[in-house]
Formats: sequence, structure tokens, C-alpha cells
Amino acid sequence: MNKPLRRIAIFCGLLVLALLIRDNWLQYVMADDLKNDPKNRRVAIARYGTPRGDIIVDGNPITGSTKTNGDGYNDFEYKRTYKDGAMWAPVTGYASQAFGATQLENIEDGILTGNDDRLFFRRTLDMITGKKQEGGNVVTTLNAAAQKAAYKGLLKQGKGAVAAINPETGAILALASTPSYDPSTFAGNSTKVDGKAWTKLQKKNNPDDPMLNRALREIYPPGSTFKVVTAAAALEHGVVDSADEKTDSPLPYTLPDTTTELKNEGNIPCKDATLREALRVSCNTVFGKLGVDVGKEQMLETAKKFGFNSEQFVPIRSSASIFPEKMDRPQTALSSIGQFETATTPLQMAMVASAVANDGTLMKPYMVDKLQAPNLDVIEQTDPEEMSKPLSEDNAQILQSIMETVVEKGTGTNAQINEGGVTIGGKTGTAQRGVDNSENPYAWFISYAKVEDGSSPVAVAVVVEDESANRDDISGGGLAAPIARDVMKAVLDGKSGS
Amino acid sequence: MSSSTNTPTHHTSTIGSIGAPSRRNTELALLVFAVVIPVFAYANVGLAIDDKVPTGLLSYGLGLGLLAGVAHLVVRKFAPYADPLLLPLATLLNGLGLVVIWRLDQSKLLQSINQAGNAAPRQLLYTALAIALFVVVLIFLKDHRVLQRYTYISMVGALVLLLLPLVPGLGAELTYGAKIWISVAGFSIQPGEFAKIVLAVFFAGYLMVKRDALALASRRFMGLYLPRGRDLGPILVVWAISILILVFETDLGTSLLFFGMFVIMLYVATERTSWIVFGLLMSAAGAVGVASFEPHVQTRVQAWLDPMHEYTLSQAGVQDGVVHSEQAMQALWAFGSGGTLGTGLGQGHSELIRFAANSDFILATFGEELGLAGVMAILLIYGLVVERGIRTALAARDPFGKLLAVGLSGAFGLQVFVVAGGVMGLIPLTGMTMPFLASGGSSVIANWALIAILIRISDTARRPAPAPAPNPDAEMTQVVRP
Repeated sequence: MNKPLRRIAIFCGLLVLALLIRDNWLQYVMADDLKNDPKNRRVAIARYGTPRGDIIVDGNPITGSTKTNGDGYNDFEYKRTYKDGAMWAPVTGYASQAFGATQLENIEDGILTGNDDRLFFRRTLDMITGKKQEGGNVVTTLNAAAQKAAYKGLLKQGKGAVAAINPETGAILALASTPSYDPSTFAGNSTKVDGKAWTKLQKKNNPDDPMLNRALREIYPPGSTFKVVTAAAALEHGVVDSADEKTDSPLPYTLPDTTTELKNEGNIPCKDATLREALRVSCNTVFGKLGVDVGKEQMLETAKKFGFNSEQFVPIRSSASIFPEKMDRPQTALSSIGQFETATTPLQMAMVASAVANDGTLMKPYMVDKLQAPNLDVIEQTDPEEMSKPLSEDNAQILQSIMETVVEKGTGTNAQINEGGVTIGGKTGTAQRGVDNSENPYAWFISYAKVEDGSSPVAVAVVVEDESANRDDISGGGLAAPIARDVMKAVLDGKSGS
Repeated sequence: MSSSTNTPTHHTSTIGSIGAPSRRNTELALLVFAVVIPVFAYANVGLAIDDKVPTGLLSYGLGLGLLAGVAHLVVRKFAPYADPLLLPLATLLNGLGLVVIWRLDQSKLLQSINQAGNAAPRQLLYTALAIALFVVVLIFLKDHRVLQRYTYISMVGALVLLLLPLVPGLGAELTYGAKIWISVAGFSIQPGEFAKIVLAVFFAGYLMVKRDALALASRRFMGLYLPRGRDLGPILVVWAISILILVFETDLGTSLLFFGMFVIMLYVATERTSWIVFGLLMSAAGAVGVASFEPHVQTRVQAWLDPMHEYTLSQAGVQDGVVHSEQAMQALWAFGSGGTLGTGLGQGHSELIRFAANSDFILATFGEELGLAGVMAILLIYGLVVERGIRTALAARDPFGKLLAVGLSGAFGLQVFVVAGGVMGLIPLTGMTMPFLASGGSSVIANWALIAILIRISDTARRPAPAPAPNPDAEMTQVVRP
């Protein structure tokens, strides 16, 4: 009977061996994957186990942390709070105990919780000295006054978005989107309070989709504001040489290879108009023909240099704006005046304005100035970085003078700022929507401000999509330009004040 | 057996022929460690959770020490030649189990859902009862062969125990898991744990009688000895009972345990590999057959194959007639989050497993807080218990003792494998408890009784052969006439 007994002993040994191997697989090989699985609640418990670091604007935190107290059992010790949450939501994103984190709160989570590898030494030191782990801060490039002006302006108009950039560095100054949401309403994990607030904000329950970051993630047809890109392409590719020479532009203009006539808005002087005049009154015929003359490959080349057709990471991801890659000649004409499939984020149009304002050099947009350790040591500093050069300095200055004419005596007069030495350049846009224009169009305005010494501290793009407004009132100049003006003024005032 | 009777001293075993040391002092020294380690662990939990040594430390240490001391003294008196490792190993497991149960009692989450709070004091009480039973077994069971007399009574007893949970009004209906509980006067009892021992007694007694018939009356076919049709009867009956348990009590673990124990004992009794082949084929057929129409078992298998999907379903609150549980995934996360060295006692979040965190899933807490190192140590301790049990079987001189010892240790080993394997996602989850570690009275009491029986068999086995009785023939015959 002893032979089978020995075999049973070996068999039991094998059972234990199988368990040991499985345990090594779980706790050694797979350990990190399991430990850092976002669905593993321990990740969230660690995230909310200590006061979270702050997101900082102009030296002041726009976030905070508070001890969680609430109904029943809660294993998250601290809860995120926000100051002016709705205004800053497109910047901060949210960090919710129940619903996870997005945008800056998510991207810089390592710094904010103190779990980042670059804080490893500190963390170890804290562990030894028995101090509680602390999170670092994220210092943004945003400008509180500009953000406030943008948000207030948009609130008055309903739905829309604003993106403002410092053309010389690419630093993002304002990033507003309405309707917005207050991330503190669902920062906790109570099903009664936070769960309800969250449900109410979801797109299926709220057609306005307040949680959409329109400044970065929504792509709108840009309408006439895209003519700035077409003008830049025409200058860059030698189709037009100066602002004031007559173009060869027939009126009426029939789209090439078709019998369809391209129309202007109203009876405006577009026949053989100069580039300056054509942009001032926003001639569809002139820019449609210019686009065809430049050619679709060259148009695409310039658009891509401005940043079209690729996502931007600021570090929040923005959607890729679209300039169609496959189109025939009539479609090229339509795309060149911001119709057909052309679509862009507000950030992209702000980048266009900023490249023109910065004498043709496009700086890479960014919104995190630096990351700080809990003791305020700088862990990482973002340096301005050149992204591309969509047009030459000379051509940029020609375009500047044209855009300044638009504001001085064209469709953009609402953006004027009559202060010493400030010049504003801009372009309006009214993007048609729906079959045969059946829906309310989007009102666009892009602009930049220059100060006396020739430097440009701000470029801005505004889009307003108000379905309740009277259709005739919607025009870039009427709805969007005043917001752009207020944003630019806020930046300029801050600059002269400091 | 035939070979061992021919060459009785051929095999290495724990007995020397004469004058084996009793090893009681070894046992005592090991017991000191088995008590001190849990006491330190207990202090550790208190320091980690409240930053102070827990107030109950002294009473806990004294309690555990007292129980271990009593057990040791009884062994010293009534089973002086017993295996010296079994008692310390069981004490260590039981002590660590108490510590972790107490640690989970401190979890606010488990308190809030009524899964913990005062489980540790209750478990200490059960442990005391278990040691009492241990003492009773050792004192009154002077020789394990006595149990042989109760072979058929054991069979009836085991059947009754197994069927109890199905009795209306007695069986406790649980939302989660299997119908393996009965509730008597407010206490939940798991009769299966006791049935394990009683069945082992029946199998040992039955097989000892029938083993020659089962082993020899067979035909050879393709290298295997095929048993005669009528000899297949018993294994078919046990198989059918296992399937019935699986179907009516929806308990894969108990079913697997009993059938596995029977196949092991049958194999040892007959030395016929064919029984193993038959056993594997039958359990495979049974498992597949039942799994194809029993939704409860299907869910368990699905949760095993894709725990993340099951977790998602449970979080979404999907209602489709079966209970979706997040436990499987939560247990995996607990193990993974522990990593190599663990978070340290009291510093993990294994309470996220919620239901049965301190019973079926208690190994996950060890995994998270003591890490790979801790779990490997625990598994090796279990392995040692099983191997000491089988060594006892090797050393035993009577076939009944051999069969009983291997049956009990095999069942213990299978139970550890089925529970730990289930919790670690190696095999589908079953509703059984980790012997000695898990919170639950039936389990700890039954397993101490199991250890007591093994200790009794090993004492008999290692006891030096009695000095030959003086032979009256050696003396001069004197004829006394009146």
C-alpha cells in the first residue's frame, strides 16, 4: 500500500506547487498590472487618500481639497473642490471619487497625488519620517481676467467657446466653453448627490452637452474666418503678391467644372477686388477662386502648417481640425471659404490668428507652465517651442495689415479697442449649417492685439452657437467680436498694470 | 500492502524499529513559535490601524497560549509518540487566521455591511471549542481502529450530514454561494465539514474489507485493469452522490472534495491506476454535465474565465436570474496589489471583497498584506500538514489507519487546493473555507478533530513495539502434582 501512498504524496505536492506557481504569476508577474488597473479601487483610494495638489492660475489655486464627510461609509478621505468650477472646467477637467478624472486632473494625476516617479525620493523620505504623502501643484499659463471675460461673454450668448493664446510663446491664456458644468457637484461618491448631478450632466439627459470641452474637442465649420488661411496660402504660394493689387476675380463666379454659381453675402464689391478689400467685406467669390488657383495640395500644405489635420496636446488632447484631403476643384473652392468638410476647433483658429500675429511663426500651444513639488520646487518647466512657420515674416505682415483693416473699417469693427498704441487685427465668420442653411449658423471671430512696440500679447478665437438668437443677428461681428474684444482687453490691461 | 507485509522494515518511515524519541519537546519549542508569531502579528495590526498596541493583546496571547498549552499537555499524556509538527502547524494557521479575522473586524466597510465586527472573539470561542473536541478525541479515542467498527454507521451519518442542508426549514438559504449551511438555534453550521471526516472513516473501513476484491478481480485491457461490473458499484454510488450534491446544493467544492477523497483512497487501497483514470473521467463527465444545465455553476465558470466581465456585470447591476459577483476580480486585485512583500498587516484594502472577505476569501487578505512571501509561506505550511499526514499513513501499521490517514490528509490537501485555487483564479470558485484560517465555527472545529485523528494514528504508528511478552515456554516446565 505504500507505493500509491508515495504517489499521493507527490500528487499533493504538485497541487501545492500549482498554487505556488499561480501565486507567483499573480503577485509577481501580473502584480503591477493588477495594482495599477484603473478599475482597482485602491488606485482611487490612494488618489483621494491625501489632500490633492492644486491647479494654479495667476498664483492662486482654482482647486482645493476637503475632508470627505457624508452619509455612511466612505473610504475616500479627501474630496476635490473647485473655485468657479464651471468657468474653469475646460481647463481643470474633473476629479471625482465616483467617476474618475479627466483632462489636467487626469494627465497630471501623478503630480497632484504625489505618486509621480519624479517625487519618488520625497515620498520615500516622507515615509521614513512618518509624514503623510502630499501632492504637488500644476501651475497653468492661464490668465484669470481673460478667462473671466471669455466665460462671462459666452454666458450672455448661450453656447460657444473661446480660446486665447499668447502668440509669442504659445501659452494658452483662456479656454472657455458654455454651457459648462461645476465639477465640484459630483466630486464625491454619494449616489444620492453626486450620482444624480452626474446623470443630469450626461449628453443623453442634457442635449446641450455641458461636459463637452468645446474649446478643444468640438469641431465647427469655420466659415469666413478660414479665409485668413486661404489668404496666407495665396501669399505664400505666390498667387497674390501684395495686399493692394487687383486679383483676377470674376463676378458672378461659377464653381469650376460645374454650373453652380458661388454667391456672396449681399451685394458687395468683389469683382477683381484686392486681397485687402476681399477680406474686409469677406468675398466668397474671391477666396473661392484663390483656393482653386493655389491648388488643393498647396492649400493642404499651408493648412497643415497651421496645425490642421492633427491632434494637439496642450497637454489636454484637442480634436484634430479638418481640412479635407480628397476633393475636386469645386470642393477646393468651397473648402477655401470654410465650407464643405472644413471644420476646426476654436483652439485651431486661435493658433491661426496667433501665427499671423507672431510674424508667421506658430508657437506650440501649451497650458502647463510648470509642475511643482509639494515644497514648491520646480519639477518641470515648459519652454516655449516653435511648432512651424506657415508663412514668411513679410507675408505675415501683409496679412496683419489686411486683418487690421477688417477691424478698422470692415466687418470686425466691434472688436476695436481704442487705447494708446493698441492695434487689433481680426476676421469675422458666419458658418452656415444644415441643409440649405436651415439651422442657425455659427458666429465666429478670430483676432489678435498688437501693442506699441510691435509685440503681440494675445490672439483669440471665439465661436458662438446660439440657437435661440434671431437668425439675422448672428454674425461674427455682432455676437463674437465683442467677446474677443473683452478677452483681449483683459490681457492688455493685465499687461499694462503689471 | 502485500509488499509491505513481506518487507516490513524496507521503507524509510518515521518509526525506527525500537525506542523512537517521542519528540514532545520539539513540539513544545515549535508551539512557542506558533503562538509568538501570531501575537506579534496581532500587535502589528493594532499599530498599523490605531497606532497603538491593541488592548486585547495580552488576553489574546494568553488565550492562544493556553489553548496550545492544553493541547500540548494532552498530546504529551495521551499520544506521546505523535507527530511533532501537526499541532504547531495547525496552531500557527489558526492563530494567524484569528489575527486576520480581527484585522477585518476593524474594517469600517465590512462593519457597515454587517460582514465583520465581532468575528474574532467568536472565532476564539470556536477555537476553544475545537481544542476541547481535540482533547476529547485524544482522550477517548485510545486507538483509531475502534472507528473501524462504525464503518456503516459512518456511512449513514455522512449521508445525513450531507443531506441536512436540503431539509426544509433547516437549510439556510443564502443569497450568495451554495446551500451547504444549516441553521440551528441561531448558529450556522456547515455539516459538510464534519461529513468530510465521517466519510473518510466509512471509506477506510469499507475499502479495507473490499480492497482485495476490487484489486484482483479485474480484466486487463489496454494496459489498464478493468474492474468487474459489480465492483464498479461503490464508486458509481459515490459519484452519483457527489453529482447530487452538486445539483441540489450547487456546491462544486464539496462535491469535488468527496469524490476526490474517495478516488485517492480507492487508489491507495487497490494500487490500481485504472481507478484514477476512471475517477478523472467520471468527475470530468459529471462536471461538464452539470455545468451545461446548472446556471449557478455556469456563472462560476464564467467568472473564472473572465473575472473582469463578471465584475463589470455586477457593477452595472445586471439582473439576468443569476447572481453576478465582483468577488473574483476583487480577490485578484487584492493579490496583485500586495505584490512581493505585501502592504503590511492592516494596511491593505482587501475589505473591498466585501462578502465572505474573512471566510472563503481570507487568503486574499494574506495576499495583499503579507504579499507573495506570506502566501507562499502559508501554502507551504498547508503542504507540510498534508505531507505529515501522508507520512503518518506510510508509518501506520494497519491498513485501516493507512487509509484513514491518507483520506483525511488528501481531503485536507484537496480542500486547500480547491479554496486557494478558486480565490487565486486558478480554478472556478467554490463555496468552501480555508482550513484554520477562515472565520467559521464548523470549519475550525472539524479540522481540529481531523488533526486529532491524524495525531492519534501517528502516535499508534510511532509507538515503539511493545517488548515481547515473556514466553512461558522459555521456562522450565514444572509438573506439579498434588
